[in-house]
Amino acid sequence: MDFPFLFNTTGQLLAAVPTTLLLFVESIAIGGVIALFVTWMRVSGVFVLDRIARAYILVFRGSPLLIQMFMIYYGLGQFQAIRNSIFWVALKHPFECAVLSLALCTGAYTAEIFRSGLIAVPEREVEAARSIGMSGFLLFRRIIAPVALRYALPAYSTELVLMVKSTSLASLVTVWEITGVAQRIMTQTYRTTEVFLCAAVIYLVINFILVRLLALLEWRLSGHQRRRRDSLPTDAALEGTPT
Amino acid sequence: MTNALAYLGFGATGWAPALLLAALLTVAVTLTALLIGAVFGAAVAAAKLSGSLPFRIIGDAYTTIFRGVPELLVIYLVYFGGSSAVTALGHLFGGQGFMAMPAFAAGALAVGVISGSYQAEVYRGAYLAVSRGEIEAARSIGMGPALRFRRIIMPQVMRFALPGLGNVWQLSLKDSALISVTGLAELMRTAEVGAGSTRQYFLFYLAGGVLYLVLTGFSNRIFDASERRVNRSFHGALGRG
Repeated sequence: MDFPFLFNTTGQLLAAVPTTLLLFVESIAIGGVIALFVTWMRVSGVFVLDRIARAYILVFRGSPLLIQMFMIYYGLGQFQAIRNSIFWVALKHPFECAVLSLALCTGAYTAEIFRSGLIAVPEREVEAARSIGMSGFLLFRRIIAPVALRYALPAYSTELVLMVKSTSLASLVTVWEITGVAQRIMTQTYRTTEVFLCAAVIYLVINFILVRLLALLEWRLSGHQRRRRDSLPTDAALEGTPT
Repeated sequence: MTNALAYLGFGATGWAPALLLAALLTVAVTLTALLIGAVFGAAVAAAKLSGSLPFRIIGDAYTTIFRGVPELLVIYLVYFGGSSAVTALGHLFGGQGFMAMPAFAAGALAVGVISGSYQAEVYRGAYLAVSRGEIEAARSIGMGPALRFRRIIMPQVMRFALPGLGNVWQLSLKDSALISVTGLAELMRTAEVGAGSTRQYFLFYLAGGVLYLVLTGFSNRIFDASERRVNRSFHGALGRG
């Protein structure tokens, strides 16, 4: 075991962790907004909006992320109109292109996850809320969104882990995140297995922390499904009850 | 624009034959990967279901690592690592210099290893869905382990695993695009080469994307049809399409 080499490699890879995390956070934030919008279109009941949302989901889930990313990075820059437009400020940077394509792709997957969460909201809860006069945004904010979020969370956790892995594709449009750095070290040193192990450990740690955080959130959000100690009748109270 | 569209035709400057051939190569490499993954997946599922603790730990480690690490990194491991092994082997037989691992083999093996980690979970779930009563019944009439596996377990596992295998196939099909980094002229790589040599980047990636959509759409149909076929004797069962 060549510890100095492993140490050196891990150091170089750790320096790339912020780039990976920034790619991840930015793309899931933008992707989340896209997903909300697409879900709304999908359940709006307006035929045209529904069809557009379906087409969006079909296209972005049915083709590889890499080709979407290349289309944005290499493809859009080909048009003079885009190079002259205000979007070029962002699109000329590979990082922003990677974020945009990651966000568009996860938006499509997340929209379906959000929709499955919406479907799981019990009809009677919505009816109960309506019967006491809630409607529109209040109904959505207080009743539908919290319940749907809770149902969607397990599938959304899986999607987030997949997104951490997907950020590796940004290395192919010259963004130096963990996988890109690992590939560079591999071609320089030919010590593939060691570099792979170092990078793998870093990704596994990131994913482990992410999964634990999401499990914690899930635990916090499902308090109503656990037994509540303070609401259970105490022994003393039970003894006092006439039978 | 008409000029640009000629690049996608069948004429002398047209890329249509190359792209269609590349799409076939994508299907071939994904199919090979799925078969390799079936072997790995079945072995890992058996390890995870076995009573022995070391086997279970190995199985868990396999699925955790290959589902938690980016696909691209696994492809680099297999391609660069495999090439080193091939070079070492070549030198043993008197060869000289660097020898690359064949890109098709490296790609199929890498995607196969990843798909194996997903298939393992699919097979494990399918095995657990087989009714215990049926296995006991088979044992009680004196079927041995091999016969029981062939007649009772295997047919049902394949039926329960089919929807999950459909998902794994879709995943592998999209992962296969990453094999383009090894230079294998599959669909993604051919779209890249076409885009580079004609400078029509958008057009070629669009065409490649459409071909991928055709592949995923078409394979969806096939899986739906085969699901209907294997479930045809189970009318009214939950979850039938």
